[in-house]
Amino acid sequence: MSKKYTFPMGGIHPEKYKLTANCPIEDAGLPETVCIPVKQHIGSSAKILVNKGDKVKVGTLIADADGIVSSDVHSSVSGEVLKVEDVAGSTGYEEKMITIKVEGDEWEESIDRSDKVVKEINFTPEEIVEKIRTAGIVGMGGAGYPTPIKTSIPEGKKVDILIVNGIECEPFLTADDRLMIEKAEQIIIGARIINKALGIQNAVIAIDENKPHAIATLDALCRLYVGVNVKVCKTKYPQGGEKQLIRAITGKELPTGKLPLDVGCIVQNVGTVHAVYEAVMKNKPLFERIITVSGDGIQYPSNYRVRVGTPISYLIDKAGGMDESVSKIILGGPMMGNAIVNQSAPTTKLTSGVLLFKEDNISKTEASACIRCGKCALVCPAGLRPFAIKQAITYNGPTDELRKLHAGDCIECGCCAYGCPANIPLLDYCKIAKQEIRKK
Amino acid sequence: MLKISTNPHMQTSRNTKSLMLDVVIALMPAAVAAVLFFGLDALRVILTSVAGCVMFEYLACRYWLKIKNTTSDYSAIITGLLLAYNLPSTMPCWMILIGSFVAIIIAKVCFGGLGCNIFNPALVGRVFLFISFPVQMTVWPNPHFLSLFSPDGSTGATTLRMLKSMNNSGEISAEMYTIDELPSYLDMFLGNVGGCIGEISALALLLGLGYMLWRKVITWHIPFYYLATVLVMTTILYYTTGNAKFLPMAHLLSGGLMLGAIFMATDYTTSPMTVKGQIIYAICCGFLTVIIRSFSAYPEGVSFAILIMNAFVPLIDKFAVQRYYGEKK
Repeated sequence: MSKKYTFPMGGIHPEKYKLTANCPIEDAGLPETVCIPVKQHIGSSAKILVNKGDKVKVGTLIADADGIVSSDVHSSVSGEVLKVEDVAGSTGYEEKMITIKVEGDEWEESIDRSDKVVKEINFTPEEIVEKIRTAGIVGMGGAGYPTPIKTSIPEGKKVDILIVNGIECEPFLTADDRLMIEKAEQIIIGARIINKALGIQNAVIAIDENKPHAIATLDALCRLYVGVNVKVCKTKYPQGGEKQLIRAITGKELPTGKLPLDVGCIVQNVGTVHAVYEAVMKNKPLFERIITVSGDGIQYPSNYRVRVGTPISYLIDKAGGMDESVSKIILGGPMMGNAIVNQSAPTTKLTSGVLLFKEDNISKTEASACIRCGKCALVCPAGLRPFAIKQAITYNGPTDELRKLHAGDCIECGCCAYGCPANIPLLDYCKIAKQEIRKK
Repeated sequence: MLKISTNPHMQTSRNTKSLMLDVVIALMPAAVAAVLFFGLDALRVILTSVAGCVMFEYLACRYWLKIKNTTSDYSAIITGLLLAYNLPSTMPCWMILIGSFVAIIIAKVCFGGLGCNIFNPALVGRVFLFISFPVQMTVWPNPHFLSLFSPDGSTGATTLRMLKSMNNSGEISAEMYTIDELPSYLDMFLGNVGGCIGEISALALLLGLGYMLWRKVITWHIPFYYLATVLVMTTILYYTTGNAKFLPMAHLLSGGLMLGAIFMATDYTTSPMTVKGQIIYAICCGFLTVIIRSFSAYPEGVSFAILIMNAFVPLIDKFAVQRYYGEKK
């Protein structure tokens, strides 16, 4: 426990603002209607199985995975399907969504709703992967990569270690922190379930050191289980980035274009691991998750258990509403999240936070001249030189030059733009560079 | 009204202005040392130089470039302070103003202003004055601790001048010094020696370094590698040749070395941007400093060493690439 793991290259220490670290998870309740997008993951949209007027229960399959890289979508409420059509989502673009009018709260009979913790894993690896698949579980850390793919190892590959990502390095967010405190045992069992599916014995739960409560709870419980251990990481952003976490825990770095699998690691977010537990042991599909509602524009910062498809405005009202002074709504964390304007947009399996900010704390100042301080290169966890990428973009350099600068390796953590004293939007240049490389 | 912008939505509170202000604060101990040892004359030099630099930048913005006034970013004040620190306390005001003009207008504004200049403006100003007014630039009043004015107007040689004279041990020279005539290391460390007003006190400059490191304005690499290179090189030369002019500690504590390594070589704009580049740059600065001090006509080498290396910064930036994540070590 004494050794603190971290990645050596770059990183920043933004203010934590964990306002909700001591707020227990509350149930957000049921909105009047929910809008469930059929694509909440990387890959192809799920095929819609319901029509207008159909009656659904909580946990009913409403859209079926289309291919391997796709995911099932389940109803998060019981009621009647109002419409199946394109609705503006959080990005402002129209997406295919299933709108359901909420009537009561009737769950599918197969779901075990008791609080009892089931510890015995009486399933074969194949059964486990199948259960994860039918529960529609995707990586809940933000990437949305379908989990069944990550729990079945392709021929010829070998995994040594499962890393459960309990690092919540984004400021403000506490959803994973609270989940680890309140559902510690379920997470440990979930890790064992994934281990069984992978055929390995070794799982590490990585937690950053600013979560002493979660560390204490999980560490005490881990003593009762073989093969699951807690490792404490230094508080540093972006410690929770997959590549950074692998470097911190195993000392290995992923070469460009390689998957964690290639260095013998599988990384799963704690939310995902908890969802795996519920899917395998309780037959509960993934239709709700923990969301932190916070920020200086929120009256009652809270952690809510939210059904997928709940409108963002519902959560804001629940936490005390929004007044004129709010100038930004952010989905996710302040470093990597997106600013949105459409408050009727639904939350998804991937929404980790809804943050409201007032003008003075979040307004961006005008960019001034680069003073060549080199801080962007100093803080880049990918070892890039954002100033050089900016120059290449500004002077319209050839795409080859961008490739030579490894711009494609940018993890879009935003450290460069955070640390720039001249307020130059360096991350934007890096994103443009990535697009240029992809185009060619 | 709601706003949309790209991430990240948080930013550090450090901006150009606050970083520059920290450098100004870090330069203050040296100003105090200057006034303690050279009295009000030092204050006159500092104020003239700073006022000159700020005035020229303001005038250039207002009447020539017709752009927003950039003096509020404190960078002109830093240039003014650094220029003053590189002058003797007897420098006439009008010469200082010429130095300010060259530093700000020629070395900075003509290259495109903050962030675009290739050479350190204060050093360009100093070298211009040094070449134009060699007599006034090499008059070194003796320090008088805690007296407002120099009581006797006496002058002397700087430590580096003394070291330089130990060069031709066999030949006859008008000015010859022996090792016993050197000021004590304690005097050199505290600043009780002759020299430019800002460079005399290693203690004051190191305090400034500590402040800048604490405030994360700079990293330790450039000052460390610069000073270490000088120390190692002079030590090797001293013990291989046995010549007193290479006395390592005297080189480390005298002349513009501390001022240059801590404040001039670390100037953001004119130093490399990656740590690897900064190390190469600092080692080369140290190497050139010792070479110029020991084997050229000038006793002092820091200004020239840094200016020469400034010219190589674009080249260093091109090749000193840090290791990418995932790249083989």
